[in-house]
Amino acid sequence: MEIVYVYTKKRSEFGRQCNFSDRPAELHVDILPDSSLAANFTVRDPCNVTIQCADEMSEHEVNTERFESESRGINHVEGGWPKDLNPDDMEATIRYRKKVEKDEHYQNTIMQIAGLMEHCIRQNNATDIYEDFLEDEDEEDVEESEEQPSAKTINVFRDPNEVKRTATSLSWHPDGNHKLAVAYSSLEFQRAPNDMNFDSYIWDIENPNKPEMTLKPVCPLVCLEYNPKDSHILIGGSYNGQIAYWDTRKGSQPVEMSPIEFSHRDPVYKAIWLQSKTGTDIFSASTDGQVLWWDIRKMSEPTERLVMDPTKKGNIDNSLGAISLEFETTMPTKFMVGTEQGLVVSCNRKAKTPAEKIVCTYSGHHGPVYALQRNPFFPKNFLTVGDWTARIWSEDIKESSIMWTKYHIAHLLDGCWSPVRPSVFFTVKMDGTLDVWDILFKQNDPTLCLKVCDEALYSIKVQDNGRFLACGSQLGTTTLLEISSGLCSLQKNEKALVSEMFERETKREKILEARHREMRLKERSRSEQSREDEMKETDGEESVEELVARAEKEFFHIIENERMKERNEEKDKDQEKGVCEEKDFQEEHETNGVSSFVRTEISL
Amino acid sequence: MAEVEDTLKRIQAQHGVIGTIVVNGEGIPIRTTLDNSTSVQYAGLLHQLTMKARSAVRDIDPQNELTFLRIRSKKHEIMVAPDKEYLLIAIQNPSE
Repeated sequence: MEIVYVYTKKRSEFGRQCNFSDRPAELHVDILPDSSLAANFTVRDPCNVTIQCADEMSEHEVNTERFESESRGINHVEGGWPKDLNPDDMEATIRYRKKVEKDEHYQNTIMQIAGLMEHCIRQNNATDIYEDFLEDEDEEDVEESEEQPSAKTINVFRDPNEVKRTATSLSWHPDGNHKLAVAYSSLEFQRAPNDMNFDSYIWDIENPNKPEMTLKPVCPLVCLEYNPKDSHILIGGSYNGQIAYWDTRKGSQPVEMSPIEFSHRDPVYKAIWLQSKTGTDIFSASTDGQVLWWDIRKMSEPTERLVMDPTKKGNIDNSLGAISLEFETTMPTKFMVGTEQGLVVSCNRKAKTPAEKIVCTYSGHHGPVYALQRNPFFPKNFLTVGDWTARIWSEDIKESSIMWTKYHIAHLLDGCWSPVRPSVFFTVKMDGTLDVWDILFKQNDPTLCLKVCDEALYSIKVQDNGRFLACGSQLGTTTLLEISSGLCSLQKNEKALVSEMFERETKREKILEARHREMRLKERSRSEQSREDEMKETDGEESVEELVARAEKEFFHIIENERMKERNEEKDKDQEKGVCEEKDFQEEHETNGVSSFVRTEISL
Repeated sequence: MAEVEDTLKRIQAQHGVIGTIVVNGEGIPIRTTLDNSTSVQYAGLLHQLTMKARSAVRDIDPQNELTFLRIRSKKHEIMVAPDKEYLLIAIQNPSE
């Protein structure tokens, strides 16, 4: 519809000024909503409106001018020919060549450079300079790297009980070496506190916080060994002389124990598995002077018994207390016993009578032989550890050891050979140090001396791979150490060198032994000629007291001489010192074994 | 003339030598024991290489000059004795 409002103005009024006047608003048109029109529309709810808050951008395309490229190759054909020559013409080329060859300059030049060329060709033929010369040397360098021998502590296993006991014996698990069985007991006579725990533990190497398994014996165990054939079975020798065996599958209580009547009368210091078809034979040693054989299937009584009597009479009163045992599976008929008196007795298992069982003795130590082991590579030589030294013996030489260490300040309490290197062995001392000896490297001092702990170390065992070793201390702390690879890898020629060394020392001792024997024979024959009767008596039956008196006299004589020497020295040095001071000074100089007799002499 | 022949023959007769080529200043193989195409290839390539080597030696030290060039490859060794105008190339298999 059209709404028109017409404004009119007279022509004569055009151009006149505007006269404005007010008037109220006038309604010209009022258009009312027409609801029928709504039918043409539908309500849309909701309305979708898109909004974006982003920069407005526009898209543009540009095309540059095309760049055209082409691949081309150039083929060089023979060139250099003079312009007038056609290279395809065979004759012409040959002619040209011949012409050049006739040129004198050409000939001179060729002679010169051909000489040089020949030299180089001959050089090539003479040696191949690019050959691999240094291949082998590189390998050697790696092996002989000059690393210092060292050892580091990997783990420390402490006795979880309040009252600490000594770790007296260690045994590695036969397969895999992941477990270590440690026997705890107190070896000090009657000093074990009443609430001391009797348990011994099996530790897993990876877990030092808690033992993997506990073994609960009736009495503390002094020694403990895994069966090398069956890794679940262990035997333990206890402080009261009984032997017990455990099966780790069956729990912490021993499967069977030997009865007290038939067991040892003293603590069982060592028990070892024997090699037999059944794999159940063991033998044990104790300071009561007996070595007993057992079959673990029937622990009610020992299968065999040997009394360590050096006079071979089987007299138990005379017997020596056994404190260590040695058995090598490669020599199943022989075994060795180390005694408390310092003798090592070599015995034969297969002998019929007890007298024949004891074959020979080796004397050399002043105190108990705490450890005894054959060299795994040279079974004829064995190591003994006792008093303040460690000694290496050869089976053939009975008078003395073929090699020995110097006298240390502290007692040596245990030792063992390295299973991988014939020249390396380990010893532990009462001051808590571990010594690693390499006899090929240095004989006078240990190659490596480590202080493991402040208290005495009582036991040491090396793992079969020679790399790890465990040592147990007086407060029950077992330390696991790893030694450097130089000490556990076999060097080339090592076996030959060690066997040479042993042979050399054995020969030396043999010569000395022969000399001693000769001297003794001479003396005996001389004295027999002069005083037959008297000598016979005194030789055979010189009483013990007389011997002791003679020894004392000699001892005092030596001490007197020393003191005289020192007195003179003191007088020279300082004349103003009082007599008492002098005497005190001399007393300090005297050695350990001073008896009360000497003391009274001084006061006189 | 005969000496040159003898010398070249002697070189060729040495143990392991596969071939010898004498190249002149223009890159033409004058004397060769290998076939033509191979000789031409060796001549062209080694000529350029010798030039480059010579200029390199001269650049480093003007007093110096290139006396010999040896290229050791997996299969054999190429030896080049350069001169002002000519080039003697020998290919040898040195493995014994």
